[in-house]
This record gives sequence, C-alpha cells and structure tokens, in this order.
Amino acid sequence: MREAAQVLVDAVSVGGLYALTALGIGMIFGVMRLVNFAHADLITFAGYAILLFFAQSTALAVVGAALAAIVLALITERAAFRPLRGANPETLLVSSFAVSFFLEKTLIMVVGARPKGVDFLPGLARQVDVAGVRLQLLHLVTIAISLALLAGTTWLLRATRLGLEMRAAAENFQMAEALGVRANRVIAAAFAISGLLAAAVACMIVAQTGLVQPRMGLQLVVIAFVGTVIGGLGSLPGAAIGGFFVGVGSILLQALLPEALRPFREAFVFVAVALVLIVRPLGLFPSRSLRQRV
Amino acid sequence: MIGAVRECAARLAPLVLLVALVIVVACAATFAPIILQRRVTQALIMLVGVVGLYVFAGNSGVFSFGNVGFMAIAAYVSALLTMAPGQKSVFLPDLPKLLAEQHWPAPAGALAGGVSAAAIGALVGFPLMRLSGISASIATFSILVVVYVGLGNWTSITGGQNSLMGLPNYVGLWTATIWAAVSIAIAFAYQESRGGLLLRASREDEVAAKAAGVDIVRHRWIAFTLSAFLSGVSGVLLAHFLGTVRVETYYLDLTFLIIAMLVIGGAGSLTGAVVGALVISLLTEVLREAEVGFSIAGTHLAAPTGLGDSALALLMLIIILYRPKGIAGGREIGFPSRSAPVAGRNDVPPPNSFSNHELE
Repeated sequence: MREAAQVLVDAVSVGGLYALTALGIGMIFGVMRLVNFAHADLITFAGYAILLFFAQSTALAVVGAALAAIVLALITERAAFRPLRGANPETLLVSSFAVSFFLEKTLIMVVGARPKGVDFLPGLARQVDVAGVRLQLLHLVTIAISLALLAGTTWLLRATRLGLEMRAAAENFQMAEALGVRANRVIAAAFAISGLLAAAVACMIVAQTGLVQPRMGLQLVVIAFVGTVIGGLGSLPGAAIGGFFVGVGSILLQALLPEALRPFREAFVFVAVALVLIVRPLGLFPSRSLRQRV
Repeated sequence: MIGAVRECAARLAPLVLLVALVIVVACAATFAPIILQRRVTQALIMLVGVVGLYVFAGNSGVFSFGNVGFMAIAAYVSALLTMAPGQKSVFLPDLPKLLAEQHWPAPAGALAGGVSAAAIGALVGFPLMRLSGISASIATFSILVVVYVGLGNWTSITGGQNSLMGLPNYVGLWTATIWAAVSIAIAFAYQESRGGLLLRASREDEVAAKAAGVDIVRHRWIAFTLSAFLSGVSGVLLAHFLGTVRVETYYLDLTFLIIAMLVIGGAGSLTGAVVGALVISLLTEVLREAEVGFSIAGTHLAAPTGLGDSALALLMLIIILYRPKGIAGGREIGFPSRSAPVAGRNDVPPPNSFSNHELE
C-alpha cells in the first residue's frame, strides 16, 4: 500500500513534467503546425543557465533559466521558423531537427559534452511524512509546480484576449488571421510561453538529477512528443493529457513490468504511439481543423 | 531510329552520369593517401544510405526518420552471421547455439542483412503506410526508437550497449563503390518504373493521384520495403567498414547526417541524393581538417572542435530556408542538351522530363 502510494506520487510527478513539456510542444504545433524538436534545447539551455547562476542565488538561477529559454525560443522563431511559415509540416519538422542539432552541437563546442554536477535546490531532496507515507519533497513540489503552471496556462488560454487569439489560431490559422488576429504576435507569444514551460521543466529536472548535460532535453522531448501525438496534434488539453499519461505510463511500466522487460519500456511506449496513429492518424483528441479537406 | 536511340540515351542519362560520377570519385581516391581513401569509402557507404532513404522519402514525399533503424537491424544480422564463432562466444556468451555456429561468407551476410531489413520494413510498413504527412513521419520515428531501444537492451543477442568487435573487415573502396553503383541503379530503375512514376504522381498531388486510381498505400509500401533493403545494405557496409557495430552509432546523429545529406542535395531527385551525400562528405572532411588546424607563417590556426557538426546543421538550415529544393532543385542531371529537341511545338516533351517534377 505504502509502496503503491510512493510509486503513484513518483509517477504523477514525472507525468507532470511530461505534461508541461508536451504542452510546450503542442502550443507551437497549434499555432504553426511545427513539431518543435528544438524544444529540447530550450530545456537544455535553461539547464545551463541554472549551472551558470545557481552558486549566486536560487532566484537568479530560476530567472536566468526562464530568460535563457524564452529568448532562445524567440530567436529560433524569428531566425528559423518565421521565414518558413506556411511551409508543409514535414519541412518544418526537418528544419526544427536542424535547429535542434545546431544548438546542441554549438553548445557542445562551447562547453563540452561532459555532464556537469549542479547542486540546485538541495533543500528539496529530503523525505517528508504524509499520512504515514514517506515521500520525496521534491516530487510533491514538482507536482505542485506542474499543477500551478497547467492552471496558469489554462487561465491564460481561457480568460485572456491573447489566449482567445491563440485558441482561434490553433483552430484555424487562416481564418483567425482574416479576422484580425496578428500572426506575429500570437506566434511569438506561443514561443515565449513554451520557453517558460521549458525553463520550469529544466529547473525541476536539474533539481532531481543534480546534473546538466547537452542532451538532457532530448530524452524528455522525445517522450513528451509522443504525448503530444497521442493526445492529438493541435489540441492543447490533448497534449497535456497525452504527456501526462505517457509519463505516468512509463513509470508504471517501470514498476509493473517483469524485470526482464523493464529496459524495453520505451519501446513499448513507441509501439503504443504507432498503434494509436494507425487507429487514429490525428491522435485521440485532434484539433478539428487538422482534418484535410479537398 | 536515331531519335529513339537519342531518347533512350536522354532517359538513361541520370543513371549513366551518376554511376560515372561515383566511379570517377573512386578512381581519384586510389591516388590519394590511405586515410583519405577511407574517407571516400565512408562517403560512398553514406551515399548508399542516402539513396536508400531517397527511394522512399524522395519518391513518396513522406519523410522517414526510421531508415537508420533498418541500417541497425541489417548491421546486427550481418555481424551475427559473419563473425567467427570464436569471436562471438567472447562477446555474446548467451547467444543461441544455432546462431553462434553460423559463419557465413561476407556477401551472403550483407544480403541477409538487407533482406531482413526489407522484411521488417515490409512488416511494419504494411500498417504504417496508410498514414500521410506528419503522422507518417512520427510513426517512422517510432520505428527508430523501438529498434534502438530493442537492440540496445536485447543483451543476449546483440550485446546491448557494448560494441561487437572483430567483424570481418572486408569493406574497402571498391566494395563501397560497387554497392553505391548498384544502389543508384536500383533507385533509378524503381523511379522510372510504372510504380515509381505513380508514387511520384501521388507526391505531387495526393488527392489527384488517388482520384486517378493510384493505389498510394501499395506503392508507398513497395518503395518503403525497397528503401529498407538499401538502407540495410548501407548499415551492413558501415559495420564491416568500421569493424565494430554499436547500437549508439545507429541513432539520432546518423539519422540527422543522412537526412541532412538528402535535404541539402535535394530530396526530389536521385541526382540530389547522390550529390548531397558527396558534397556533405566533402564539406565534413574540409571542416575536419579545419578542426585539426593548419599553420601559416608559424602561427597555428585551428577551428574549435565540434565546429563541423555545428556548421553542418547551420548549412542544412540555410538550405531549407533559401533553397528548399536542395542543390539539385528536384531535377535530374542530363547530358548537355546540344541535341535536345529543336522540335516542333506539337512534340511531346523529352522523356527525361518525367523525372523533372517541376510540372505542377
């Protein structure tokens, strides 16, 4: 029973991280049909910003991470993705692949490929007693932050003008533009928000693993990406839900699979993706505008 | 009669010229120092891989991120079949007896590798080929990840994350050259075949092709299987060129390199695939030299390590932004059109415009 509660909390906290990552990816996909591989590098760069500042103060590190990811997101949008607006999704996918490799290889060129230790938020590493179950404080904090950010994003999308414009753009970009939504503003805002989400994920990942390395974002994004797809490309709640379930699923698989099959859990996750796509090529909750019309 | 010969020559021009190009590169390499020869060999192996990806991605217009997975499968199949049993028992003590005893000649191993890659491609391609666009790309990406995770953890058969060493080291300049020529010939024959032309039509306009009765799923499937075979062969060649096989070799970096070569060369034509592979190999080599550095008047200048990868990614991005159809621009190479139709207005277009799909 206790063990079950621990596994569950662990699973939910990981699910939260994936949900945030998937939401960040889904946000960009929604407004410009871009599957942004470079989201991985937003997380990585934010991680290195933490490495740079954590010795001075935690607050500075968090702000630095957020700034790094947001600025980088905006730069990639302006330099690489804006000129391609309206290109077909595969071209965009390949170009984000290129952007991601460029950023990763440049980072490796500058700081080297070796992981670096970061003692970020050591206060959160201890255990706490909740109703007789010992839980890691960090997991609880991760869940809380994920919930807060998901709620914040939902509020932004539901209750503000910008959010309304973004949802309209995700639903039907051309129509939204014709009705006076300013494309540059909405897309830039989506990139900024995805940068912010990436920075939050980076903070929690760095606190959990205690190190940064040039590929830290990649693993996360590859899995979260699956969440976005399963959830339904173009649907923001779909992305968050999909990401959450993929995260929870991979931890539960880790706990429930027989020992011999555990290393293969990622393979199971990806087989599931392929199956979902075969049955529902646009994901479980696709955005309505994604259906091709002739 | 002469017209027919000319027409035939014009139609075969890309095949003849590209094979000639490969042979010229290989002949030139025989005069080069041994290290450079090895680089050329590697470039030709990459060429087989790029042509393999092109057969599917170029003709169908659907990008595949999964072909490096087929390279990995074929490399392991060939390694397991051709390694000396004594070697195998060192790295893979738990290998089933049946597999441990095999000691095939190298060419049989290469074919077996390619055929198993094609078989798996046909198997997974069967359900996946009904997908289009972004869903298809993501589904093929999941092939890559599943193969990577599967091979990387199936320790009793593949040795897991460790490398298998001591593969027969038979791939030299000429083996690579022959396979490069063969792969070009296969790709060319396919794209000029009825099925290839139908698939290319579906790339230009899926809906129109479907309306005209093209069985898109079936033709994609055939191309995917063929593409898996060629990718598999290039994976085998790479493994036997390096003498080791390691699952990490066959993952994102190689995927990126091969896609970069195809995109930079131009995914729309076989010429693009070949030219992309050669140009990027050359560029990588130049950048590698720059990283080693050179001396001018006593000062040693060297570019920072890792510049090559970074520059390659940047170049790919620039090509996508400013020349989205790649170096070749979707056209095939042809003989200089000295003899080309001065023909009347009512003439049919020259046959090689079949492969020139700027018809839109």
